[in-house]
Amino acid sequence: MHLHPHPDTASGSQWTVVAVVAVGGAAGALLRYGASRLWRNGSDASLLWRTGGAAFPVTTLLINVVGCFLMGVLIVALKERFTGAPRLLNPMLGTGVLGGFTTFSSYTDDTRRLFENDQPGYAVANLLVTVAGCLTAVVLGVVVARLALARRRPAGAGEGGGS
Amino acid sequence: MEWLLVLTGGAIGAPARYLIGTAAKEHLRGPFHWGTFLANMAAALLLGFLVQAGTEDALGRTGQALLSTGFCGALSTWSTFSNEVHSMASARRIAGAAGYVFVTVALGLGLSFAGMAVAQALW
Repeated sequence: MHLHPHPDTASGSQWTVVAVVAVGGAAGALLRYGASRLWRNGSDASLLWRTGGAAFPVTTLLINVVGCFLMGVLIVALKERFTGAPRLLNPMLGTGVLGGFTTFSSYTDDTRRLFENDQPGYAVANLLVTVAGCLTAVVLGVVVARLALARRRPAGAGEGGGS
Repeated sequence: MEWLLVLTGGAIGAPARYLIGTAAKEHLRGPFHWGTFLANMAAALLLGFLVQAGTEDALGRTGQALLSTGFCGALSTWSTFSNEVHSMASARRIAGAAGYVFVTVALGLGLSFAGMAVAQALW
């Protein structure tokens, strides 16, 4: 599979990453399943696949928006603040947990079923609100994380402003 | 035991997306995020097929939990996608970012309909 000579990126470490992503993906998918059990709204494929429910898919929307916000936080935390953190944290939490938690396929399928159920208004709203919500959420996550995780100033330089 | 099926599907879907990403990095050049794009398109097509198969009673709850909720859900992603769009926009590649969003959403929706049509033709 790998014909180029890179002894330092041996396939052994590659499969460690795959395993870590699998663990994260399992956890993320389970969290998404749990959320859709808590807030049923007829959108989840596993719940109302018989009736092909046509309610607005609020749960999928919320899952994706929350996942994107956390992705923004994670990227700042790992790439700007805790740069010495274990390298496997990014594939585990980013690719695995958040990637497994958020879902693009449910988004397209919910939208398709809204069109099929003669609710083009809901369908278009879901298309646009998800895009706007997810992109806003990732930016918000980055901004909030930068504010919250900003390095403290060096001792003696402005530490006295407590009150 | 449905949760165990979702867990199993997620444990396969997420690494599949990761491996598509590494393969894409190796073989497909250019400014486009091929890995995430291909994983999302594959999942959209497959889920369209599976949900329609479910309504035709061709796929039980077991298959839905394992393949639809678990595998397709974890194979596809919004978090990595929006992170990629954000970094493109941050690098002032606004047109590229907008194009990436448009192509992903439009083609993903189209493939969902295509997957459904295939299942309808089969059953």
